[in-house]
Amino acid sequence: MRRRFICLPALFFLGVPVARAQEAAAAISAPDTAWLLVSTALVLLMTPALAFFYGGLVRAKNALNTMMMSFIALGVAGVLWALLGYSLAFGSGTAWLGDLSMALLSGVGLEASGSIPHLLFMAFQGTFAIITVALISGAVVERMRFPAYVAFVGLWVLFVYAPVCHWVWGGGWLGELGALDFAGGAVVHINAGAAAVAAALFLGPRKDYGRQALLPHHVPFVLLGAGLLWFGWFGFNGGSALASNGTAGLAFVNTLLAPAATLVVWTALDHLRTGKITAVGVATAIVVGLVAVTPAAGFVSPLSALALGALAALPSYFAIQWRARTRFDDSLDVFAAHGLGGITGALLTGVFASAAWNGATDGLLFGNVAQFGIQALSVVAVFAYSGALTFAILKGLSLVMAVRTDDQAERLGLDIVHHGEEAYTDGEGALLLLDEETRPVRVPAPAVSPSMA
Amino acid sequence: MKLIKAIIRPERLNDVLKALFRAEVRGLTVTRVRGHGGERETEETYRGTTVRMELTDKVMLDIGVSDPFVEPTIEAILSAARTGEVGDGKIFVLPVEKIYRIRTGEEDTAAVTPVVPA
Repeated sequence: MRRRFICLPALFFLGVPVARAQEAAAAISAPDTAWLLVSTALVLLMTPALAFFYGGLVRAKNALNTMMMSFIALGVAGVLWALLGYSLAFGSGTAWLGDLSMALLSGVGLEASGSIPHLLFMAFQGTFAIITVALISGAVVERMRFPAYVAFVGLWVLFVYAPVCHWVWGGGWLGELGALDFAGGAVVHINAGAAAVAAALFLGPRKDYGRQALLPHHVPFVLLGAGLLWFGWFGFNGGSALASNGTAGLAFVNTLLAPAATLVVWTALDHLRTGKITAVGVATAIVVGLVAVTPAAGFVSPLSALALGALAALPSYFAIQWRARTRFDDSLDVFAAHGLGGITGALLTGVFASAAWNGATDGLLFGNVAQFGIQALSVVAVFAYSGALTFAILKGLSLVMAVRTDDQAERLGLDIVHHGEEAYTDGEGALLLLDEETRPVRVPAPAVSPSMA
Repeated sequence: MKLIKAIIRPERLNDVLKALFRAEVRGLTVTRVRGHGGERETEETYRGTTVRMELTDKVMLDIGVSDPFVEPTIEAILSAARTGEVGDGKIFVLPVEKIYRIRTGEEDTAAVTPVVPA
């Protein structure tokens, strides 16, 4: 029964002879399909939401560049997922990687995959690939060249996301071992968190980091992004049941409760430490709670989700306080929020998993010590692979193109240098250039100095 | 003729404007500015980063007046802008060499005399 959750896709489309799977595969269910259609749209919304979350946290002169790092993933990762990524992740292949049997969506049609159309499953999974690579951008904002980032997105989705996804959900070795990852604690968050560490170390800190106060330029954006992420996350976790059933209901409720508990604990810590409850802190707490409950959502009881959310606040909160005092410029705390949140969630899934709720697997708390060990192994394996491969990809890219911006671009802001646009401009001092006067300029000087709106 | 430059709290601007209009002072320019006037700095925290804000938001008024209006203008600002706390601002009174009204070319006192609507 446990396999029903962790290897669902593999069982259904690879013809693994499991009687229940074949029965279910016989028919597409309208309710299940409806819920997955909605869920896919909800998860897709999370990437623009992330753009607002991240965009508000950077300086005004890099707001568009930061938001574009999320938006470009919708295109590049979306296209590559359909062409190659999906097959590499969910093709039968080996325990380590899928194959090219479904490349270019070959054989991915309207036939049933479980109780939903195969094509819809591909799309649902595609939205996960998109947001995972977009999450990494938080570690490299304000200093990575946009062309290099675009190339990175493509390579990372194929060489890091697809294999890790295969290990856990595509019939690979972690899934076979029985690692529990309901909606992507390891596949999405630990994966992105490890990549963020590697990318931040590869690029080095921003020039102004540790010398100037680098403040969020638009905190309401941060709150807007966090709110929309929570909304989308109901599809992320609820949809991961791949059906409109009780497990989806459980995951949905746990997605409501865990971040609520994180929010309460986080604000208490904030208040104890500084006497004030910060808005950026609240937004961060919501994301941490959502990340932590992701691997556990369909495996633990609602009360366990509350406990899990409350506990998850602690490592991330203190890691953020510590990180800001180091030279480790993981600019928007991708590791502290997603990496540590994911690790905490994955480990606590091995503690709180309850057969009474998920129908098969108990965790440490209910006497199954081995499950905790399997969870720990999945954390280490995903972290090591993602960190090492991410570093290798960036190293490879640096051999063919500049990956980091030069000092002047960093000073001017990447919005002007890479996009030829500013987030906030009132047009004062901007002269209209008529066609005959227009000359292509690679790095135009700003019309007005970038400033806060 | 004087140029009166007053730096005041943004939240007192409405009261100052009311007092000025009551004193028949109408020609003025308002600018949002930031500065440091000896008040306590505020601390802000963004995740792990704590910063001290050394500059405070203020509003600057530039008012060109003829000699009879200097005292009423200063009185109006002093009474309406005062809270008694540090950071209420300053009033600078500067001599003015020449004033022109651009529309008519009128000079000096004629240039700062309010136009009575027909």
